[in-house]
Parts: sequence; C-alpha cells; structure tokens
Amino acid sequence: MGSLADTILIIVVLLNLALLGTGRLRPSIRLVAAQGMILGLLPLLVSEHGAGLRLALLAVATVALKGVAFPKLLYRSLRSSNAKHEIDPVVGVTASVPLGLLLLAGSFWMASRFQLPAGVEVASNLVLPVALATILCGLFLIITRLQALNQVLGYLVLENGIFVFGVALAHEEPFLVETGVLLDVFVGVFVMGIAIFHISRTFDHIDVKQLSRLKD
Amino acid sequence: MRFLPLILALILSPLMRGIINRTKARFAGRQGPPLLQPYYDLWKLLQKGAVYSTTTTWIFRAGPIISLAATLVAAMLMPLGGWPAAMSFSGDLIVFAYLLGLGRFLTVVAALDTGSAFEGMGASREVFYSALAEPALLLGLAAIAKISVGGSILSSLSQMHSQISLHLWAESGVVLVFVALALFIVFLTENSRIPVDDPTTHLELTMIHEVMVLDHSGPDFAFILYGASLKLWLLGALIVGLVVPSSGIWVVDLLADLVGMIAISVITGAVESMMARLRLVRVPQLLVGAGALAVLALVLEYKN
Amino acid sequence: MTIAALILIPAASGLLSFWLPSQLGRRALLVAAAVMHLGLTLSLWSARPEPTPGSWLAVDTPGLLFLTIASTLFMASAIYCTGYLSHEDVATHIDREERFLFSNEPESVFIGCLLLFLASMTLVTLSQHFGLLWVGVEATTLASAPLIYFHRNHRSLEATWKYLLICSVGIALALMGNFVLAVSASAAQAHDVNLHVTNLLANASKLDGVWLKAAFLFFLVGYGTKMGLAPMHTWLPDAHSEAPSPVSALLSGALLNCAFLGIFRVHQLCTAAGEGEFSRSLLVVFGLMSMSVAAVFILRARDFKRMLAYSSVEHMGILAIGVGLGGAGVLGAIFHAFNHSFTKAALFLAAGNILLVYDTKSINDVRGVQRRLPITGALWLAGFLAITGTPPFGTFLSEFTVLRAALDADRAVVATLYLVLLAIIFIGMANVMLKMSQGTAPESTPNSSKDKLVSVGPSLVLASLVFMFGFYIPKPLRNAFDEVTLSVREKKDSLEESATIVPLRVENETLTAISTEVQSALHEHGTEPKTDAEEIRE
Repeated sequence: MGSLADTILIIVVLLNLALLGTGRLRPSIRLVAAQGMILGLLPLLVSEHGAGLRLALLAVATVALKGVAFPKLLYRSLRSSNAKHEIDPVVGVTASVPLGLLLLAGSFWMASRFQLPAGVEVASNLVLPVALATILCGLFLIITRLQALNQVLGYLVLENGIFVFGVALAHEEPFLVETGVLLDVFVGVFVMGIAIFHISRTFDHIDVKQLSRLKD
Repeated sequence: MRFLPLILALILSPLMRGIINRTKARFAGRQGPPLLQPYYDLWKLLQKGAVYSTTTTWIFRAGPIISLAATLVAAMLMPLGGWPAAMSFSGDLIVFAYLLGLGRFLTVVAALDTGSAFEGMGASREVFYSALAEPALLLGLAAIAKISVGGSILSSLSQMHSQISLHLWAESGVVLVFVALALFIVFLTENSRIPVDDPTTHLELTMIHEVMVLDHSGPDFAFILYGASLKLWLLGALIVGLVVPSSGIWVVDLLADLVGMIAISVITGAVESMMARLRLVRVPQLLVGAGALAVLALVLEYKN
Repeated sequence: MTIAALILIPAASGLLSFWLPSQLGRRALLVAAAVMHLGLTLSLWSARPEPTPGSWLAVDTPGLLFLTIASTLFMASAIYCTGYLSHEDVATHIDREERFLFSNEPESVFIGCLLLFLASMTLVTLSQHFGLLWVGVEATTLASAPLIYFHRNHRSLEATWKYLLICSVGIALALMGNFVLAVSASAAQAHDVNLHVTNLLANASKLDGVWLKAAFLFFLVGYGTKMGLAPMHTWLPDAHSEAPSPVSALLSGALLNCAFLGIFRVHQLCTAAGEGEFSRSLLVVFGLMSMSVAAVFILRARDFKRMLAYSSVEHMGILAIGVGLGGAGVLGAIFHAFNHSFTKAALFLAAGNILLVYDTKSINDVRGVQRRLPITGALWLAGFLAITGTPPFGTFLSEFTVLRAALDADRAVVATLYLVLLAIIFIGMANVMLKMSQGTAPESTPNSSKDKLVSVGPSLVLASLVFMFGFYIPKPLRNAFDEVTLSVREKKDSLEESATIVPLRVENETLTAISTEVQSALHEHGTEPKTDAEEIRE
C-alpha cells in the first residue's frame, strides 16, 4: 500500500520534471493528461478502510476529467488557434529542469519542518513534499511560459498539486466539496479554453508576452 | 582471484565493441562483422608503422600512451558486480571518475596539438559534453553510495557494488532504476555513442570523438581503440554492478555479471539502431535530464 | 426558504435571460430580479431565517452586511444598465483609442452573467462552510469574466485573460488553504472533521496552531488576490478599467468585499484559536503595501477609470489595516466597506456617463464636466470628496476610526504611514478630478447626451447614502457593526477592551465636535448609553 502510493508520487514528480524540460505544446498536454490519470489512482489508496464508494467515484471522476476531458478541450483550443507548437519560455527549457530540482529540494526541506497533527494518517511520507513541489512547479510554469495554453497547463499542474494534498490529507471532506472542486476546475479550464480561442482569433497568436497594451 | 575483474576487463573489452557492431548490423538486416573483429583490427594496427605530422610535438606521441595507462589504472579500481576490484580504498570512485577524465583530457590535448581546426572543433564539443556529463556521473555515484552504503561518497566502489543485493532492490527499486538510467545516459555520452555522437560517421559536421583521433595511426591508434573499448567495459561494469544483484555465490555472480555486460552491449546496439543522433543543442538537455534523474534519486534517498 | 430564494431568483433569472429573445423582457427581468433580491435582503434585517438543512447556508452578521452592500449596488447597477445598454445597442462600435470596429457581446450573455454573478456573490455571503464559500468565490470569477469582455476588443480580452489566470491561481491557493485548514481541524476531531464555520469556531482552541497559521497564509494570498491586495492586485486596474462601467461598479464595490469576507472568516477563526497576533500583523503588512502601491500609481494616473481602480486597491488596504489593528479598527473597517462600496459605485457610474459623452478615458482630454453634465459633474466632485475621506462624508469617519485604532494601539509607524499615504492619494486624486470637472466644456463632444434620470439617479442615491452615514447610521446597522467587531475580539482582553470599544459611539456625534473636542466626543455614549454598555459587557 505504502509503496504503491510512493511510486505514484514519484511518477508525478518525474512528470513535473519532464514538463519543465519539454519545449513543445502537444507533448506537454499529454504529460499533464498522464499526470491527471495517475493521480486518479491516488484516492483509491488513501483511506485505510479501503476504497469506499465515495472515493471510487472521485477516482473515476478525476480520471475522466483530468485524463480525458481536459486534454480534449486543450487539443481543441490548440487546433483552433494558430499556436506555434514550439514555445520560447522566459527561462530556457534546459535551465528549467535544474530549477525544478531546486524547487523539489526546497519542498522536501519545507515539508520536513511541518509535523502532521496527531490523528492524521497519511498514505505515504512523500505526500506533503510532492504536493508542495507540484504546486511550485505549476506556479513556475505559469510565470515562465509565454503561450497562453502553457499557462493553462501550469494552472492544471498547480491544481494537481493541490489535489494530491487534498486527497491524501483531507480526505474526510464531504463529497459535495470534492465534486464542487472538480467541477470548478473543469469550468475554469473550459472558460480559459474559450478565452484562448478568442485570443487566438483576435491576435492571431497566443503569445502572452504580447498582451501588454494595458500598462501604467 | 582478486585480479579476476581486471583480467576479464583486459581480455573481454574489445568483445563488447564487437557485440555492439553485430547487434547494429543485425538490426539493419545485414550479417555483420565477426564478433572478434576488434581483436583483428587491434592486431593489424599494432603491426603497422605510425605516421606523424610535422606540426605535432611529443604531446601527440605521448597522448595515446598516457591515456591508455590512465584507463588501465581505472580498470584496476572497477569491480565486476560482486567481485571486488584489484585495488580498492575509500574514495576510489572519485579517483575512477577523474582517471577517465585524465584520459579524455590527454586525447583532447593531443587533438589540439595537431594544429588542425578540424580536431579543434571536435575537441571543443567533446569537452563541452563531458562538462555536462560529469555532474551527472558524480551525482549518480553519490546516489549509489547513499543507497548501498547509506553513507558518504568516500566509500569504495567494491564495497558499494557488493552491497547491491536483491533485498536492496526490493526496498529502493525505483531509486535504483533512476540511477541506472542516469548512468546509462552518461555511459552513452562518455563513449560517444548515439544519441550523443555517431561512432561511424565521418562527416565534418557530425563528428565529435572520431574527429579527435583522426590523425593517429598505427600502434597509437591501436592504443586509442583499446583504451576506448576498456572505457566502454568499465562504465558498463559500473552499471551492471548496480543493476545485477549479488547473491553471494561466486559462480552465479560471475555468470550474471557477464550476462549483464552482454546485455548492455546489446541494448547499446539497439539504442544506436533505433535512434538518430540528437541535434547538438538537444544534448545538453539530455544530460541535464540525466543529472536531474540522479538528483531526484538522491533527494528521494535522503527523504527515506 | 428566504435563503434559497436569495440565491435561486438571480440564478434562475440569469439562466432564463440567456434564452429570452425579447430585449425589453431581458432588461425588465434584470431589474425585477434586482428588486426582489434587494427586498428579500432588507427583510433579513428584521427577521433572520433558519439555516438551511445541514447548516450549509445561514444568515450571520458579517454575511448579512456584505450581502446588503452587494444587493444595493446591484440594484443601482441594474437601473443604470437599462440606460447603458440602450446606448450600447449598436451593431458595431468604433474603438475609442485605435479607431477600429468591434462589436459587443450579445446582451443576453451580459445580463445572464450579471445575474449569475449576483447569485454567486449571494452564495459567498451566505455560506457557512469554508468549502462552499470557496466554490462561491470561484463561481464569481467565472461569472464575471464574460462581463469584463463585453466590449470585444483586444484590450478587454487582455484584461479578461489576466483576470481569469491570476484570480484562478489565487483561488487555487485558497483551495489549498481549505485543505490545510482541514488538516488543522483534524487535530481537533480526527474523523469528524468538517469545515463549517460554527463548528470550527466552537473547536477553535483544539486546532493545530502551525497548520492554522499556514492555512491563514494561503487564504490571505488566495482570497487576497481576488480582493486586490498588493502585490497580487495586478489584474485589478486592467479588469476594472476595461469592463463596462456598471460592471466595474459591481466588481469594485461588491466583489472585492466578498473576497474580503473569506479572509475575515479565517481571521475570526485565528483569533478564536489564539493565533490572532499572527493574522493581524500579516493583514496590516499587506494593507500598508496595498496603500503604498495605490498611492504611487494614482500619482501617475493617466486614465481616470484606472485611477478609480487603484483607489479600490487603496481602500481594500484600509480594510485590511482596520481589521489588522483589531478593536475599534474592525468597526472602522466594516463601516468603511459600506462607505467605500457606495462611493466607488457612484463614481464608476458617473465615470460611465463621462466616458459616454467624451468618448475617451484619458484624463488630459476631459475638461469641464461640471458645465457639460451638471449632475454628473456634481457627483464627480462629491465622489472625489467622499473617496478621499473628506468630512462630512461617512468615509471620513470610518477612516478616522481606523486611525484612532492605530493610535490607541500605540502603532505610531502604522498611523504615520497611513496618514501620509492618504494625503498622497488625496493630492493625486485632487489633481485629476478637479481638473476634469472644472474648466470650460468643449464646444462639441463626440456624444451629445445629457444627464438622464436613469444614468444619474442610482449614483445620486448612493452618494446621498454615504453623505448620510457621515451624520447618522441606522440603529440596526450600528448594532451589526458592533457585533462583528466583538466577534474578533481576543478572548483574553474582555473588560479592558470594552473601555476602548466605547469610542464606537463616534458616529452619533456631529462633526462640529471633531478636531479639538474629538477626545470627549469619542468618549460620550450614544443615545441609549446604558443598554449599549450592558450589551458590551456581556
């Protein structure tokens, strides 16, 4: 039980690093989809009472949304926009990977400073550092990538990190809130997809660096 | 018995090259050269005379010899799987890494000594890649040290490899896989294999290692070829020692390790046949990725 | 029932208006829903209904206060929209800066999203569960994004994109805050953790301190992004200036407050758990940062709607400082929320009129508003006085109360910075707004409209409310303020605090008592001294 959760979390970290190291949009979408699908397995492993109906439904919903629905939406946005399939990030692709490692080391350090309160069991020791690392990686992607689609991918990675934390540590939360969260992320990505469509139609590109008319 | 890994290295290393070439030929649908072809090549070269350019100095003559000597000393340090090496002392893995570095340095210097721009270009590229591969190598070694001996990098290679058992694999399997992958990428880089460099090409734009040794001939070239095969064997042994668990029974261990070396040769041949050489700008990304894997392994080990 | 109606009426109207074909019908629906919503909200002041089953939604005092603000502002915007939309009802428009042609969003989408926006804000104010509150805030982001993109040109698209991305990131961090809060709460009851506000407040002492502080930090940064605290405010000037004026009024006046409610509830929790010191100091720091950023950018303002947006950042900073100072500062902050919202909405609606007539947002190109549009000009001037905290408007009293709290707490640095920044902002805004309203009107303006009832009426009502607050605050409102202030009082200072709470009666004094008599004025009780004092000491 513990080591399967460990393996899943390690794969998540690898996918983060791979995302940081890839320079193209299509593989990035695939990597985020893979991350979402792998994370869908996590709810089944957290509760020590075995996977109840609620957690199973959550797992299915996660895989369906993050592994299938979001990539479809994003591929459609990609197709309809004139996106250059290469991206030129602010921090180069080669430099991003060591920075991502630095963030990973930082999250391990930060996580070691937090003691989980008594009464909280966790599926794996790696949950807190991996969650923090994924959140930081998502934020890093949003900041350094210049294509709007990549920023949405960074947002999805951020949500994945929060999901890891939530599912593993706060899994007593009522079903309503969890589905509310998933739905919100879905609608959020949907709306962002529409926005990207509009951006590409208005500007003929989705390079965010050029969205800088409004300034003081 | 102590010298078994050394003897095996000295005798069998050209065979590795033969296996790789055979595998590539088979992938291409050809019959391929005989497995012992590298030995024949070495023998032929040793009997020839050497031709030296007038612009070269003693460095050019000394280069191949000292480089081979460095590689031989490194061979004394490398164990084969569970078999301890001829020499082992604490911290020998750093000496190992830098002996190989010394060999490379001398090759580069000899190349620069010819005064040809062609070799100079190859030399600069080679040095660039090694600069990137070195952190990956050292981090990978550090990771092995942490996993196997749980401690400082100042343990000896023999000690570390003897600790790799099935039990260790069951415990930290994932981490070992990462380290093995990282070291395999370093292996491909240091030995100038595809996807980093193409050992069979002779086109100006694409040569890296080959270009540096273009001017050597006769026995010098034989030394260089033999040194390269030895390096191939040694780095392969590093990975095999990591991947093949040692069970304690010497016959089984020996056979397992030899099978491992053959497997690495076949895998290298397969990789060479299936991939094309990467663009020059992509190689740093590959090497950074290897370094990242090694760091990830280290971080995960420290966490546990 | 009332609670459900409060959310369902706008939601259903919103969904209905997406499909309603008749333009008149849609606008009528908008106003009707606004009236019903305002009516229901005001009825809550007389009788609080029962919470919904499971206590997910209930009416408590902070929620009711912010709901009232939102509802009133929506009513004003809805009335203004009827006039605004008839102006905007042209097939293509010429962009005012770059002279290209663009079209607007379909009106059905606009009105639908407006109503859904109201529904989601109501959800935020009424929810008693942190998770549900989060869902509400996320819903407001998604409902308001199309509203910003009403004028379909690339500047508003840029503003919409920034808004969407930055606020989504902020809200994602707030979600993390929810989860960290759940971890903190599981120290209290391992297997029965839930994030109901009342539940958490009851178990406050058992919450894990470290995790609670981490949760507060996440909430502050997350909801603070939505609220417009610096340095997470970067979306605010763009979004509030590119959106149509009635939407800007709602965004600045109502939405920022709703985000603040989220932070306030966590702050309540921290205080109850004994970590009040931490949360208060963070609030003061962010508040001062916001005011500083706003001051710098207001001085350099070249676009009057952007200037108003930065002014919102400033006032959100004042809110944060007020709550961060504690004691009377909280009263000042909540009162200030009312004053600022009404004033800012009035100003944005007036700005909408100016924009319509002059067809430019640039400060240098607008002169003589006073002469060209008399009522709007008067509103602009009055609004300037109100927003910068000049007596006799209510803003003066609320800002003064916050200052007073800073001085009472011996925080000289905070008080000095506060005053200096307020002065800088006053100078900046005076420079701009006086220049705009005085001078000779241009011979011909691009549009020849005059002030109509529907375009100045709402602003006049809002401005007069702020004026009234300078003299008189209705009793129920005053009681509500006191209740909220007491709810974040630290448990340890019980009786000593009541002595400094006495200055809460400041609103009942006339302004002639200000300046030298201010000390005595502050210590005098209101009209019912005994009963109020008894209430406090309970």
